[in-house]
Amino acid sequence: MRITDHPVLEFEHGPKVQFTFEGKTYEGYEGEPIAAALHAAGVKKLREHDGRPRGLFCAIGNCSSCLMEVNGVTNVRVCIEPLKAGMVVRLQTGHGRLEF
Amino acid sequence: MKFSDIVVIGGGPAGMSAALAAADAGVRVTMMDRGQVLGGQLIKQTHRFFGSERERAGTRGIEIVKILRQQIAENKNIEVLKNTECLGIYSDGVISYETDGKYGLMTGEKVIIATGAAEKMLQFENNDLPGVYGAGAVQTLMNVYGIQPGQKVLMIGAGNIGLIVSYQLMQAGVQVAAIVEAMPKIGGYKVHASKVARMGVPILTRKTCKAALGTDHVTGAVLADMDEHFQIIPGTEEEIEVDTICLAVGLAPLSELVSQTRCKMRYIPQLGGFVPERDENLELTAKGYYVAGDVSCIEEATAAMIEGSIAGLSAAIATGMNHPEIIGKRDEWIKQLENLRSGKTGAKIRSGFAVMNGGK
Amino acid sequence: MESYEILESTGVATRDMFENLLPSSERRAKGPYIVMECYEEIPCNPCVTSCKFGAVQMEELNKCPHVDYEKCVGCANCVSHCPGLACFMINETVGDGKIDITFPYELKPVPAKGDIVNALDRKGAVVGKAEIVRVLSGPRMDHTNVITMRVDKELIYDARNISLE
Repeated sequence: MRITDHPVLEFEHGPKVQFTFEGKTYEGYEGEPIAAALHAAGVKKLREHDGRPRGLFCAIGNCSSCLMEVNGVTNVRVCIEPLKAGMVVRLQTGHGRLEF
Repeated sequence: MKFSDIVVIGGGPAGMSAALAAADAGVRVTMMDRGQVLGGQLIKQTHRFFGSERERAGTRGIEIVKILRQQIAENKNIEVLKNTECLGIYSDGVISYETDGKYGLMTGEKVIIATGAAEKMLQFENNDLPGVYGAGAVQTLMNVYGIQPGQKVLMIGAGNIGLIVSYQLMQAGVQVAAIVEAMPKIGGYKVHASKVARMGVPILTRKTCKAALGTDHVTGAVLADMDEHFQIIPGTEEEIEVDTICLAVGLAPLSELVSQTRCKMRYIPQLGGFVPERDENLELTAKGYYVAGDVSCIEEATAAMIEGSIAGLSAAIATGMNHPEIIGKRDEWIKQLENLRSGKTGAKIRSGFAVMNGGK
Repeated sequence: MESYEILESTGVATRDMFENLLPSSERRAKGPYIVMECYEEIPCNPCVTSCKFGAVQMEELNKCPHVDYEKCVGCANCVSHCPGLACFMINETVGDGKIDITFPYELKPVPAKGDIVNALDRKGAVVGKAEIVRVLSGPRMDHTNVITMRVDKELIYDARNISLE
C-alpha cells in the first residue's frame, strides 16, 4: 500500500505507467524500482529458488533475493531496476541464464 | 584510462564528506556510486541526528543529504559518476568499474574506500519467506518510495536501527506488534526506546523469533524466550499474527574491495567483523588507500561523516596539500571523533580499537 | 530491579527517575518549566545549543543535560530540537486540578486546539482524557509539532503521548 499522508516526508513520483507481471497488467510510477511497484500492488513473491518463494530482502542491490526476468533478461535485481512503461516482468525460477 | 588525484568509492555520508573535504583542500576528486542518486543510506533517515552542532545534530538525515549534495554539485573539483559500480582494485592500483553496462578503468593517486555495510541475517525457520526484510529495506520502501512494507510488523532487534525503524513504521501508518531483543537490555539509545514504548509498542528482551509462518509469504511468527546462553527455552513458544518480519540484528562492513588492496584485515567483533587495520588518519596498511564510514567500523552516520572528512583531508595532504591549515583541520576532526566516542555509548568502539592497536 | 534497569529493559522511565528531575516546589508553583527525560549519557547536545537563555547545561557532549531553573522560562524551544524527543514542558499553574504537558509529536493527523483526545502513558496505554490547548507547527519546527495537552494533575508522571479517536 502506498503512503498518502506522512508526517515528515512528501513523495515525488514520475508519471504513472503500465507494465505486466506474469501476464497481468499493473500500474506503477516510472523510475521507481520494479520491486517497489510490485510491492505497492501487493506482490511479494518475486522468484522461486529450490522450490521456495523469495521476495525483496535488502532493497539496495546487495543480496540477490529479488532476481527476476525483465523483458526476457534473467537475474535482474528488481529492487534497483527503474520501472519503464511496457516492461514485461516475470517470476524467475532457478538460476536464470546468460545470453551473449 | 581515467586519472584523478583522489578516487572516492561510495557516495554515502562518509564518501560524500570525504570528497568534499579533499576537494576543499584543492585536489581533484572522482567519486563513484552504484546508486542513481548520491546519499547512500542517509536518504532514508528521517530522524534528527545526534551529536553536536558541528556534526549537524538536530537535523534530519534527509536534510543533511540535501546539504551535502548541493555542496558537491557546486564544487568544481568533484566529478561524480552515478550508476557506477566498482568491480575491483588491482595490485597495480587500477580500479575497474561498470557504468550503464560499460566497463571502465581508472587510477587515482590516493583512493578512499567508503563502501558502507550490509545487513546481517538471523537464523530461524522460514527466514527466506517473502515478507522477511532487512530493516534497511523497510526504510527504503517506506521512506524513499512511499510504500508500506506490510500492515503489522515484528521487529527483531532493539538496537538503534530496530528502534528508529519501528518509530518510522508507526509514522508510515504501520502497526508494530512488538520489538524482540535477545539481549537482556535494550541496545539502542533509551530515548528512542521510550518514544516507541509510549506509542504502545512492547519491547521484549530475552526474546527471539524462532520461526516465520506462512507458505507464499509471512503470515505470522513464533516468538520464544531465551536463556542467558541465548538458547531458546522450550515451552515458551507463542505465535503472533504479523505480515512482516523486520531484521535489525546488526551490520557487517562491505569489505570485499578493501581486502583487494591487500591491506591487513582483522576480525574485531566490536567493530562489526572483518575490518581493515588503519592508522589515526584512516590510511590502511596498503599505503595510499584510506577508509571511512561503516566499512572501517560499524557506527552512527555522524561518525561516518567525520571519518569521511578525516580520510578526505588525509588523502589530500598525502598528495602534497600539506599546508599547516589543512593539517590542523584534519587534526581537529580527529579530536572531534575522539570526543564523540569518549562516552559510555562509545565504549564498544573504543575496546575494538584497543584490540586493533594492541597488535594482536 | 533498579529503576535504571527497568528503563534499560523496557524503555519506560520509572516515577522516581522522573521525580528526581523536577525543580523545587517554589519553581514549580511559578510557571512552566522543562523536564529533560534524558537519562542515558549519549553524545548529543542540541538541547544546549537550542536554548536561548543558557538554561540547559552539559558538562561535555557525552553527559546528560541539567536545567538551571532560574534561567528556564518554559519557552519549549528545546522540545522540537531534541533528537530523542525527550524534552517535556510542564505547567502546574493552570488550576482546576489540571496541568499542561507540552510534548513533541511527529504523527499524522495532527490534533487541533480544542480536540479531546486520549492521554497515553509511557507504555502507550490510555490513562485518561486530554484537551489539546496549543499546537505549534510550521517550518521552524521541521515537522516536529509541539503540542500542549491539559490533563488531570495526577497524570504528571504518566501522560506522555496522545491517541486520536
